[in-house]
Amino acid sequence: MRFMMLMIPRGYEKAAAGTMPDAKRVEEMMKYNESLQKAGVLLALDGLHPPSMGVRVTFPGGKPKVTDGPFAEAKEVLGGYWIIQVKSKEEAIEWAKRVPGSENETVEVRQLQEMADFPADVQRAASKLSDLRTGSGA
Amino acid sequence: MTAADTHRAIEAIWRIESPRLIAGLARTVRDVGLAEDLAQDALVAALETWPETGVPDNPAAWLMTAAKRRAIDLLRHRALADRKHGEIGRESGDRGASVEERLVETIDDDIGDDLLRLMFTACHPVLPAEARVALTLRMIGGLTTEEIARAFLVPETTVAQRIVRAKRTLAEAGVPFEVPRGEERAARLASVLEVLYLVFNEGYLATAGEDLIRPGLCEDALRLSRVLAELAPNDPEVHGLVALMEIQASRAAARAGPSGEPILLPDQDRSQWDRLLIRRGLAALERTERLGAAPGPYVLQASIAACHARANTAAETDWKRIAALYDELQGIAPSPVVLLNRAVAVGMAFGPAEGLRLADELSSEKTLAGYHLLPAVRADLLEKLGRRAEARAAFERAASLTQNARERELLLARAVRAGQADSR
Repeated sequence: MRFMMLMIPRGYEKAAAGTMPDAKRVEEMMKYNESLQKAGVLLALDGLHPPSMGVRVTFPGGKPKVTDGPFAEAKEVLGGYWIIQVKSKEEAIEWAKRVPGSENETVEVRQLQEMADFPADVQRAASKLSDLRTGSGA
Repeated sequence: MTAADTHRAIEAIWRIESPRLIAGLARTVRDVGLAEDLAQDALVAALETWPETGVPDNPAAWLMTAAKRRAIDLLRHRALADRKHGEIGRESGDRGASVEERLVETIDDDIGDDLLRLMFTACHPVLPAEARVALTLRMIGGLTTEEIARAFLVPETTVAQRIVRAKRTLAEAGVPFEVPRGEERAARLASVLEVLYLVFNEGYLATAGEDLIRPGLCEDALRLSRVLAELAPNDPEVHGLVALMEIQASRAAARAGPSGEPILLPDQDRSQWDRLLIRRGLAALERTERLGAAPGPYVLQASIAACHARANTAAETDWKRIAALYDELQGIAPSPVVLLNRAVAVGMAFGPAEGLRLADELSSEKTLAGYHLLPAVRADLLEKLGRRAEARAAFERAASLTQNARERELLLARAVRAGQADSR
């Protein structure tokens, strides 16, 4: 099973453009990332620039509307994520507990949907979706 | 947390911690079998204690402390027994003490090298293949005996016996807890890679039983190979094996239809291939190229898999390059199976007649006598050449040889199709 561990740092919703974690913090995280890698469970990870450098696209009345960050209404925003492959939800939780988190941080553990989780008709519809994914080279 | 929750948490912690625990203990007590027993004792202690006390903040340290306490008891007991038997008390007492000291030191060190030693020991050639597999999955994969038994469709007692016997064999043979050097290292590493690929293939090809794929085994093999790639980062073949597995695993979802029937590579819906695993596989392959050594068998097989992974449609496959890679593979790791695959690639690159000529050359090959893929390949080529009656007979022959129920159905269906077209 694959899980995404979503890092939600409180305060990041207001962080200035270009805000980067300090060297000590990076070092701690690198050590943790290494432990995931050494255990053979890490599939992917990324950190995200603060929302002040991003935009939100909403669809009022079904039409796209672009709003520049930071987003006044946002209480929780993502700071980054890991994708891990493990045997059970408990194992994913165990890895999440080992994140060197600080007081203001939350790690949300969510299972990735796999094709096999869907009934046949949804699988057929979803296979069109993954065509798009292939096309984008993602 | 309910007791059941705690139990599941312990299982998860065990999976994460047990390889490091066993490796650290093995360094200290110099006996892999004993180290594994001690780790199991620590697990039992955790199962007894944690449902009452809750999971400790540092479960790894807790387990190591419990295992060490048990080890010290055991060593004192042995020293006492030695003295009782009138053996040289002083010497064995000293040895006991130094092991105790080592035990106290053993905690939270970098156990990377120990883990590698553990892999090399579990895959020691003194053990039969199935014992290597069982020990590796149990000691480094953190699988229970029951999980191993389920994965390989054998009774739990069989696996338990294999493990007990394997530990005894290692102790009796005095297999040192070490990573050998030089040529022996290469030979032993090859044995580790072989074991991991065997586990992967048992999951991927499911040589027996009803299911076409047993994904759990593929995931275990991949996980262990990724671990090995971190422990032996300068061995191109390790990354070659990782690349091969990542790319093959990327096709898992596309390899079986809705009712579990197998779908062959050219017919697979490539949009279902897992792009993340392909990307990881290609990255691992690039790592081997950066190491710059002449490609070994796993690197070459991964390169072949990468040719398929890079083709957006089956028609875009670079079959000439694949045929050339099989030539190269035959040069360093000759086998009739490689020649058979080469025949397929040549058939695609240069026409079915040329492919069939190569496949027919293999018909007197004794090692392929019971191998269902030889008639299956011939059947496919014969069908392409319009020799449908012969194709049908060859498909039927292939169906009679396979052990996998799903594959048999597919081959029989193709036999019928070839025959029907004939009567048209």
